[in-house]
Amino acid sequence: MKYGIVRFPGSNCDHDAFTAASQSGSAVYLWHKDTQIPKGIDCIILPGGFSYGDYLRCGAIARFSPIMKEVVTFARNGGLVIGICNGFQILTEAGLLPGVLLQNSGLNFVCRDVFLSVANASTPFTSSYTQNQIIRIPVAHGDGNYYADADTISKLETNNQVVFRYCNADGQLTGEANPNGSINNIAGIINKGGNVLGMMPHPERYADSLLGCADGRGVFQSLELFGLSNSTKTVESISY
Amino acid sequence: MNTYNATITITLRKGILDVQGNTVEHALHATDFPMISHLRIGKFVELTVEAESEAAAQTLLEGACLKLIANPIMEDFTISIHEPKAEQV
Repeated sequence: MKYGIVRFPGSNCDHDAFTAASQSGSAVYLWHKDTQIPKGIDCIILPGGFSYGDYLRCGAIARFSPIMKEVVTFARNGGLVIGICNGFQILTEAGLLPGVLLQNSGLNFVCRDVFLSVANASTPFTSSYTQNQIIRIPVAHGDGNYYADADTISKLETNNQVVFRYCNADGQLTGEANPNGSINNIAGIINKGGNVLGMMPHPERYADSLLGCADGRGVFQSLELFGLSNSTKTVESISY
Repeated sequence: MNTYNATITITLRKGILDVQGNTVEHALHATDFPMISHLRIGKFVELTVEAESEAAAQTLLEGACLKLIANPIMEDFTISIHEPKAEQV
């Protein structure tokens, strides 16, 4: 699995993503002004941070970076894309994932570990987890409150596109376990084609047991497995 | 071609809970202003735009709002266009 880590002005999780990705493959950095994605890249990561200072809305400016035009084409052609935190916000602004990330319902920036339930373990990003497995991953965001209209939420649920949900240590989807007010405790979603993942928690920050927890490593292990078993075929690409 | 001054007000869509607005409203109620209600907080943009007419400026700015200035999934916007800007001396 070869990863391309996109760096925007204000990205600050690019090194973490690079290190985590390198554990299950190789990685290169891509610059936001790049106008093409190098051949051989299997998975693009839009890392966390505060691209363009979060001016106007989180991800609104980054979405128009030259590289994003290529990322959209890459995704439409079935390429794997992960947006983590600010990367998730960029993906919604770019229209690769439905909905938006509103300001946290508690108005505070939330920076702590949360528990997640793996709501869909049948994706290229989650296959090394078990269905409903409880994992511990950090969040660090001020605008992570996932919102979409009722029809969109219904489609996401029906199509099994919710991949991670905030839960407590026992796996219960309580309000207290939800750090930002997201509808249905949504922490991460995938597009209908199954090749674009957006998630607010940071798996790359818990991808090595030296950091105190390696629960996030499963995302990268899943991709490694997917790369090994699908080296000659690509995911069918469709929009959400 | 005329130069117009314009202001754009952006607020969360009506159906979306404005937590910040509610919090400020509650604070006002606790500080001698219980008569204030329906408080919503948004963003304010002012700009100048060159266009053939006021209608053309309106159309142009609606396009800019839909593309970048606002996110219609979560925000409503109101555009106010003012008289053509006087020639600067």
